[in-house]
Amino acid sequence: MIITAFKALLSHWLRKPGQLATLIVGLSLATALWSGVKAINAEATASYDQAAATLGQDRLTQLVRADGERIDQRVYITLRRAGWLVSPVLEGDAQFGTLRLRLLGIDPLTMPPQSQSVAVAKGEDLLSFIASPSLIYASAETAARLAEQQTPPVRIVKGIPPGTIIADIGQAQTLLKADGKMSRLLVWKTQARNLVPLKTIAPDLVLREPSRASDFSRLTDSFHLNLTAFGYLAFIVGLFIVYAAIGLAFEQRRSVFRTLRALGLSLRALVFILITELLVMSLVAGVIGVALGYLVAAVLLPDVAATLRGLYGVDVSGTLAFRPSWWLAGLAIAVGGTLIASAQNLWQVWNMAILAPAQPRAWAKAAARTRRWQALGAIVLLLLSITLAKFGQGLFVGFAILGTMMLGASLALPLMLSTLLSLGERYAKKPIAVWFWADTRQQLSGQSMALMALLLALATNVGVGTMVSSFRLTFVGYLDQRLASELYVTGRTQAEADAIRAWLVPRSDAVLPIWNVERQVAGQPALIFGVADHPTYRKNWPMLSAVPDVWDKIAKGDGVLINEQLSRREQLNLGDEVMLPSSWQTHIIGVYSDYGNPAGQVIVGIDQLSVHYKDITKLRYGIRVRPEKAAALAESLRKQFDLPATNIVNQVDLKKLSLGVFERTFMVTTALNVLTLGVAAIAMFASLMTLAEMRLVQLAPVWAMGLTRRHIATLEFWRSMILAGFTMVVALPLGLALAWILLSVVNVEAFGWRLPMYVFPKEWAWLGLLGLIASALAAAFPVRRLARSSPADLLKVFANER
Amino acid sequence: MSVRIFLIWLWMISTAFGQGFAGLDGKADGFSVPVAGKPLVFPDDHGPHAAYRIEWWYVTANLHGADGADYGVQWTLFRTGLAPSGGSGWSTPQLWMGHAALTTATQHFVAERLARGGIGQSGVTVTPFSAWIDNWQLVGTASVDAISNLDMSASGQDFSYALKLNAKGPVVLQGEGGYSVKSAQGQASYYYSQPFYDVSGTLNLPSGAVQVSGKAWLDHEWSSQPLAKDQTGWDWFSLHFGGGEKLMGFRLRDAGAGFTAATWISADGKPEPQTPGSLKVTPLETAKVAARTFPMRWRVELPAHGIDVTTTVLNSNAWMTTQIPYWEGPVRFAGSQNGEGYVEMTGYE
Repeated sequence: MIITAFKALLSHWLRKPGQLATLIVGLSLATALWSGVKAINAEATASYDQAAATLGQDRLTQLVRADGERIDQRVYITLRRAGWLVSPVLEGDAQFGTLRLRLLGIDPLTMPPQSQSVAVAKGEDLLSFIASPSLIYASAETAARLAEQQTPPVRIVKGIPPGTIIADIGQAQTLLKADGKMSRLLVWKTQARNLVPLKTIAPDLVLREPSRASDFSRLTDSFHLNLTAFGYLAFIVGLFIVYAAIGLAFEQRRSVFRTLRALGLSLRALVFILITELLVMSLVAGVIGVALGYLVAAVLLPDVAATLRGLYGVDVSGTLAFRPSWWLAGLAIAVGGTLIASAQNLWQVWNMAILAPAQPRAWAKAAARTRRWQALGAIVLLLLSITLAKFGQGLFVGFAILGTMMLGASLALPLMLSTLLSLGERYAKKPIAVWFWADTRQQLSGQSMALMALLLALATNVGVGTMVSSFRLTFVGYLDQRLASELYVTGRTQAEADAIRAWLVPRSDAVLPIWNVERQVAGQPALIFGVADHPTYRKNWPMLSAVPDVWDKIAKGDGVLINEQLSRREQLNLGDEVMLPSSWQTHIIGVYSDYGNPAGQVIVGIDQLSVHYKDITKLRYGIRVRPEKAAALAESLRKQFDLPATNIVNQVDLKKLSLGVFERTFMVTTALNVLTLGVAAIAMFASLMTLAEMRLVQLAPVWAMGLTRRHIATLEFWRSMILAGFTMVVALPLGLALAWILLSVVNVEAFGWRLPMYVFPKEWAWLGLLGLIASALAAAFPVRRLARSSPADLLKVFANER
Repeated sequence: MSVRIFLIWLWMISTAFGQGFAGLDGKADGFSVPVAGKPLVFPDDHGPHAAYRIEWWYVTANLHGADGADYGVQWTLFRTGLAPSGGSGWSTPQLWMGHAALTTATQHFVAERLARGGIGQSGVTVTPFSAWIDNWQLVGTASVDAISNLDMSASGQDFSYALKLNAKGPVVLQGEGGYSVKSAQGQASYYYSQPFYDVSGTLNLPSGAVQVSGKAWLDHEWSSQPLAKDQTGWDWFSLHFGGGEKLMGFRLRDAGAGFTAATWISADGKPEPQTPGSLKVTPLETAKVAARTFPMRWRVELPAHGIDVTTTVLNSNAWMTTQIPYWEGPVRFAGSQNGEGYVEMTGYE
């Protein structure tokens, strides 16, 4: 019996392969986006964890200097000779040809066992590691990037995070120009008894507890939260499709259910069969979805990796590893999602009287009840959103504001649409118009899910689009200010850099040193730049706030400038005192914007930089020259010093490069955006198909009263367009609110900078048009079918009157 | 005391030397090779010899508390040159390794340190004599010669010691005036000992501090050539006799009958090298330590001097849990004479 029943129920899908396809496509798309995002995040997290665990700093306490300076090697020897079991690490960004990579210098002889997870300098490699020309270690991926650069011999070893190089500490001191210096000391877990207290022998040092979360993961939390939010959004939109398709399948099989029940199939058995059917389909869709998700992730991952590198300076492997955890999670969410989407229908079957006919009126009543609950939910969510915006703080709260706002707005959508439609009905005069508005309103409950999906997709599109465009506009203007020099040149050695400078002085309007040191400021890595006193800065620097005569003061050494990130993170403002490394007490006289840079930055007068720091990198210069002469000067400079092309960059190329990084950054966002919109369009289509099947009952009387099929079909088409159009009207303010939250709350928390919001009405118009076209296409097929339906079908409605 | 060569040789293989590098086939690869007839010059030869591949300063002490309890202490500093010459600072080819141990009847504490030369973390200087790695030190305190009076200290996770060593006899040159032949193939080392230290000082144990006194023995040896490949392990003995005489002897185990050698040192410090094979050592009883079977009682015979004694370990668990593990611990002996000393055993499976 059960098998026969199964066959009877399954035969439905054979007759309606399109429906089956919609269901599978919807569910697999939803799963694909969700698990794709999940896979990308998992890959990145794995890279961060690897970076955090490279030297066991996730498990080991470390000694660092309280003022952020590097530790003197003599202090290390003093500690060792006092019995402290500590091992030095020197860390910094090292230049290998045109590449800048994170360099970790270690001493293999004193490393604690917990930090020896990577097979470096083991056995016979010890000598080649410590004796010149010392081996350096890197992952295969990094080694491939290094292949074209001049480097010491590279040994490939597994387990080193991407973009990281491990070298002997002696070699690292040379490469980083930090002779006799170390960044931190790893502290062995087992120490001898009765150690001399730290305060006595190394008063400058403080203990830093092991941190599980790497600096990277803190830095990039926002980015991944962003992706995750997109993943969930896509999944929810996908569930709307599933909901529509399952609803349709249940609706169309009502008579089969009735017949089977009448033939003696127990309710329990029927529901069991239906659940089994759903499980099988969701598993199939889940597998397809996860496989698609892998593809999505593999396609997007290189961009994500490029973004993370460009924006945060964090290296993430660009190749996707196979992780069973997210396969399983993907399947689970597919099955779970299907069950949620079909819960309502299953519940109806469970409670249905054995011979229950379709009861449109009862349906309508139930829909009204639902709408009341929706309205209540919408009010609660929107109030919550406002409360959070007023009193909350932090990145997570920012996303919570977004979530509650979006969900609240979509729950409110049917109510808003219904109000709008009532208005239309009130002003309608002719009977057909009145019927049109009233009937549209009654249809609302069936289509509201798809419309919500459309609202979410459109609003996200407007919001994210506005954010990206605002960002681009600001960024371009900022680049114009920031990259004021026509040429930038980098010497390979100190001597060469000096020679280049001397050569350039008579040949250009100005040669501006771009010298810096890498230090800890307020406990975070930061670059301290020295700038010359030159109109280039006075005229162009993108200052957010500054005291009067700020550049005169900088030149005199009376104060420093900090970037917006540092200012916001440490709540440092004009006039505040700040302690720079090497115990340099100074104060802040200006804050400037510094987009695209995750780290803090400080600008001081060039003389001050030389006074306070010895290990300055003095290789880079900005050259002022009349723009038309720039190319020729670059060429003769290249010839004169036989410089590699990459060491001379002109402003135009640099801007192009920076914009390139920017575009890649938002490529992923845009891609997900488009995919989400696509999913929403499919949701619309599925729901309209569902409705079209059920509409016949309602349309037949109107046809019987004399409206032509063609006329009815036209009205049906406009009905869809009006609903979509209204939804778009609601989506616009919602999208702008979303953009505002992204720019003023999320960005500030995530990146440390606040951007002005620009609006782009032309883009909205395009999006609106696109949305209408999508809706029109979604509506066209069912409408066409209606227009061509045979009169017999319409007559049958009366014959089969239930 | 060539057993230490074996030990450090093992260490070198595991850390630095591999096939194809620095010749395990017995060649010296640019390192200096000991030559017969070249006299040792003090105090210079108390210091390091960077031209040679391997070198060590090795102290063992038999100590006693006020209550008569026995203790053993080991302090060792090994030097390995990865290359006969090379960079300075961090890129020096000179590596240092320290082993320290403290043995009681029931406990055995071990610590190990590794360091690079060239940065001040470890090294040996001559005037004043100082050998150190981290906070472990063997420091000369001015007197008769550079090493006649030493302060010796080391610490580990749960023990430490600080001892004063005071030599009551002369430095003893091993072999022919310090040129100590190690094999029929001619491998040799420079080697001298100071076996006449009286010791006093403090041991710090988890249970508290203990005042101790007793005897100590220092070896300083350097060479460049690893030994034969068929050697499977060593049993080495340094014995202080009741009458003030000392005996250094070892047995080399190989696939065949093995090989023994010994030096008899009279109470006034005159060395008397024994003909190979005249020393006879026989295991009488074994025990399982760290999943290996070690002899715990030895019969030691040297007929030429009427020696026939049986050694008993203080603590069978004197297992050195260092990167290259080995057994080294204090013993007492009785028989034709009574006394105490140290035994080292390697290569037991």
